[in-house]
Amino acid sequence: MLTVETIVQSLASGLLMGLLYGLIAVGLALIFGLMDVTNFAHGEFLMIAMYLSFFLFAFFAIDPLLSAPLVAAALFVFGAVVYLLLVRFAMRAKANAGMVQIFTTFGLAIVMRGLAQYFFTPDYRSIPQSWLGGKTVSIGGIFLPEPQLVGALVSIAAFAGLYLFIHRTDFGRALEATREDPGAVALVGIDKNRVFAFGWGLGAALVGLAGAIMAVFFYIYPDVGASFALIAYVTVALGGFGSVFGAFAGGIIVGLVEAVTALVLPPSLKSVGIYAVYLLVVFIRPRGLFGSM
Amino acid sequence: MDKNFAARRRRDLIIAAVLAAIAALTPLFVKDVVVQNVLILTLMYAGLSQSWNILSGYCGQISLGHALYFGLGAYTTELLFTKFGVLPWFGMLAGGTVSALIAMGLGYPFFRLRGHYFVIATIVIAEIGLLLFHNWEWAGAAMGITIPIRGDSWLKFQFARSKVPYFYFALVLCCIAWLVTWWLEDSKWGFWWRAVKDNPDAAESLGVDVFNSKMGAAAVSAFLVAVGGSFYAQFVSYIDPESVMGFQFSLLMALPAVLGGIGTLWGPVLGAAILIPLTEITRFKFGGSGSGVDLIIYGTLIVLISLALPRGLVSLFSRPKKTGATR
Repeated sequence: MLTVETIVQSLASGLLMGLLYGLIAVGLALIFGLMDVTNFAHGEFLMIAMYLSFFLFAFFAIDPLLSAPLVAAALFVFGAVVYLLLVRFAMRAKANAGMVQIFTTFGLAIVMRGLAQYFFTPDYRSIPQSWLGGKTVSIGGIFLPEPQLVGALVSIAAFAGLYLFIHRTDFGRALEATREDPGAVALVGIDKNRVFAFGWGLGAALVGLAGAIMAVFFYIYPDVGASFALIAYVTVALGGFGSVFGAFAGGIIVGLVEAVTALVLPPSLKSVGIYAVYLLVVFIRPRGLFGSM
Repeated sequence: MDKNFAARRRRDLIIAAVLAAIAALTPLFVKDVVVQNVLILTLMYAGLSQSWNILSGYCGQISLGHALYFGLGAYTTELLFTKFGVLPWFGMLAGGTVSALIAMGLGYPFFRLRGHYFVIATIVIAEIGLLLFHNWEWAGAAMGITIPIRGDSWLKFQFARSKVPYFYFALVLCCIAWLVTWWLEDSKWGFWWRAVKDNPDAAESLGVDVFNSKMGAAAVSAFLVAVGGSFYAQFVSYIDPESVMGFQFSLLMALPAVLGGIGTLWGPVLGAAILIPLTEITRFKFGGSGSGVDLIIYGTLIVLISLALPRGLVSLFSRPKKTGATR
């Protein structure tokens, strides 16, 4: 059963999926690196991005690929608002700071899931006829689904863009500086709150981009974020919390491990491989593969 | 200072005894089965959250994977009962022991991890457990186990006609979890845990056995949660992986303590007394789960209390005097 072709085939699709996992996770890593806050509503950010794509398609017939920048922009605003209205206050907690941050974003996640159930019903939805949906392309005898292929390319482009942004623009440098020393940054006249709000916006926009692509080939329902969120946490932890490019590598590893597990174990156990690799890595390197500190 | 502490402990014990006595009398007045059901769940979650609080609140090792121990308790009891005819009472002890041993086995690698790495490891291990039970044919896989009803008896811990016996068991469970916490607060372990929570490195250098005190907390916490799982299995008389090992149980154990006051004696009870009836009532009022209204109310409450009362609801009751003796 295990021929060279099937192995190469599943490694290839694992790689594509892994690049998407990286894109899903990078926003989480960015926010954590910037301000030591884990966004437990990250999966729900993904969920609303998927719904947004769906409704833009259903009501205005805009293909998810075209609406992706719109969705990312909307998520940017949403992320910044979440920071300004909630997280900013959670960070001021005088006692149990860690718990307050965890449960503020966790509460937000539950509210978002509830709202999605209330307004969109728990029904599974999908985008039936998009440009890419259901199409595959054959490269050297390997069949690659087009949505995942485009998603992988978008992910690579997004990471390249993020790299240029952080290293080549003033705002990116301000982001990096705030990450290293928020106190000193205030002395040179950078408003910490603006940088944090921007960081949340950017993190949300990146997961929004991922959601727009996921909407093409995945079912859309209120709980969809939960399973991807756990994969995103594992991805970020593998890469070392806060390391933006660790998330890229972590995503690829997760995608490949998932593909290999699906080859040897029953499909319903494919996540076990990812979880086991997470445990293995943190037992050997308690701060993740690329974690410094 | 010592005197204050001793007086407070005696006062806590008296309050607990009075509350338990009042609770014990409620079945005489409350005949409505729906209300009884809510009361039983409230007591169960109060006990579970109290147990969770030992490891996560007092010792500071935040676990979001305690559903694993809950599920192990339920499965051990029911597998022993349905496959080998072992009475649930023994199954309960077996489940608790299995869970405590597994908690300690996991502790070896886990307790080296800190912060987010630890929290995610606990979520991940519970997910692995869930997936394995999903695929374990002998244990019923995704179909789960239906517990055969053989009539009302304390021996078999089954009651088809009345929920009142379950109520009393849940009350006893809650009281035991509370008493264990009360007792541990003033023990050597209690002091070690506080030291480990505040600053593990400093504690280590002062001669606190950090590793073993974490292991102790994990074992006690897992044992009690597993007993809760056994109880729940008998109470609902049907289990499957999702319904006893799903992530929602990890959450429902953590939330009462967090809302009431994490790492406090009364936090879990107070949190459960508010949260569980609220959840059940909204679910009842707004037509089952699925409409989402229950989640909206629930989530909003979590956000508001986290932001407004970071020390939890118990902080409303403590008088604001800064002597330092009350902490």
